Amino acid sequence: MTTTLEQHASKADIAPELIETDVVIIGAGPCGLFAVFELGLLDLKCHVVDILDRPGGQCAELYPEKPIYDVPALPIVTGQELTDRLMEQIKPFDPVFHFSERIDQLSRDADGRFRLVTDYGTTFLTKVVVIAAGGGSFTPKRPPLDGIADYEGSSVFYSVRRIESMRGKDIVIVGGGDSALDWTLNLQPVAKSLTLVHRRDEFRAAPHSVEKMRALVADGQVRLAIGQVTKLVGDGGQLSSVAIKTADGEETIPCTALLPFFGLTMKLGPVANWGLHLNENLVPVDTERFETSEHGIFAIGDINTYPGKLKLILSGFHEAALMAQAAHKIVYPDKKVLFQYTTSSSSLQKKLGVK
Amino acid sequence: MTKITFIQPDGASQTVEAENGLTVMEAAKLNDIEGIEAECGGACACATCHVYVDEAWRAAAGKPSEMEEDMLDFAFDVRDGSRLCCQIRVSAGIDGLIVRVPAKQF
Repeated sequence: MTTTLEQHASKADIAPELIETDVVIIGAGPCGLFAVFELGLLDLKCHVVDILDRPGGQCAELYPEKPIYDVPALPIVTGQELTDRLMEQIKPFDPVFHFSERIDQLSRDADGRFRLVTDYGTTFLTKVVVIAAGGGSFTPKRPPLDGIADYEGSSVFYSVRRIESMRGKDIVIVGGGDSALDWTLNLQPVAKSLTLVHRRDEFRAAPHSVEKMRALVADGQVRLAIGQVTKLVGDGGQLSSVAIKTADGEETIPCTALLPFFGLTMKLGPVANWGLHLNENLVPVDTERFETSEHGIFAIGDINTYPGKLKLILSGFHEAALMAQAAHKIVYPDKKVLFQYTTSSSSLQKKLGVK
Repeated sequence: MTKITFIQPDGASQTVEAENGLTVMEAAKLNDIEGIEAECGGACACATCHVYVDEAWRAAAGKPSEMEEDMLDFAFDVRDGSRLCCQIRVSAGIDGLIVRVPAKQF
């Protein structure tokens, strides 16, 4: 649940690329993955971008071990199994995945292709965009502390790109999972002081990180406070201290950098800025092509809306199949699609690598 | 049917009748209780159905499981009596249950 943030830090130094392709799929959840299959059968080449560090979307992030009972022909399947099976199914089409990246900008070039730029500067030139972003992009949860927005980016950080930027700071890390513990261990050597605040003296993080943290605490290098942050104190976007509530009462600790790790939540994110018609944070589409208000941009799965819409994985699969037909017409306007079955078509079977 | 009372931070209270076997979160959603978001739909995977169980009802409602405790780490302002209400099953044993909705759900 927490590795995305570290992943970000390690990718920071890679030079951005320019990629030309037929289709960019935004979101590697079940619908985005199955779209690779349906588009692949029609010879369309796909790149898939996801903010998480692995495929599966909500299935991987929210309920990897929960059984799903309504996927046709699979009476019971977990979110992780479904993801693994889809990954196996789309393997013949060799999709290129871009994990831990978020599409921030979308615009149309003079030649009609879409230009998409991720938060890392990776740029795609593509004929078709498929938004399969589910509930939106997973973003770090913001603790509802008064005035926190004023400090974000200057004193409050949800990820650390450069350890050096934290040198000499009074750091307060909040949380009990792997992110909180990993950053405690990584930042302690450069911090002026480091306090780990967690609501209970039990940690979800990997046991060896917890042991290392406890050793640093025993050594006086890290302070562990069992409690919760209640107030931010500072001026002009610069934090000076935070108030915490512990079993012994209120206490103020010096803090010039606060790193809260409260997991991820789904937000519509940059999709809202692309000029598409939206309806209560959903993207309206037609039910023949699942195309948005912008020709060439499709939306499938939980993120779209149309009369009778059901947010079911199986509905998203259907949407992917119909979308692929329309996408083919855009990429190959002069080519006729011959409708074929995978059971009998030797050309489809060749693409699938079974013949 | 089992009665459950939800009290909002401003003191407004709403008592609903819930079918046994549902979760308290489902009862809240069915009755449009404000402040119960349940983003993950009851998978104990998001901590946005956080409630404070009234002191008198804590024994009847039970303690959080280990998984729920882990998820409560993602809730804001956790106190004694904090529960994720998707993990409380509606039954005759909690008829009259009182829970308070936190001021902020994240």
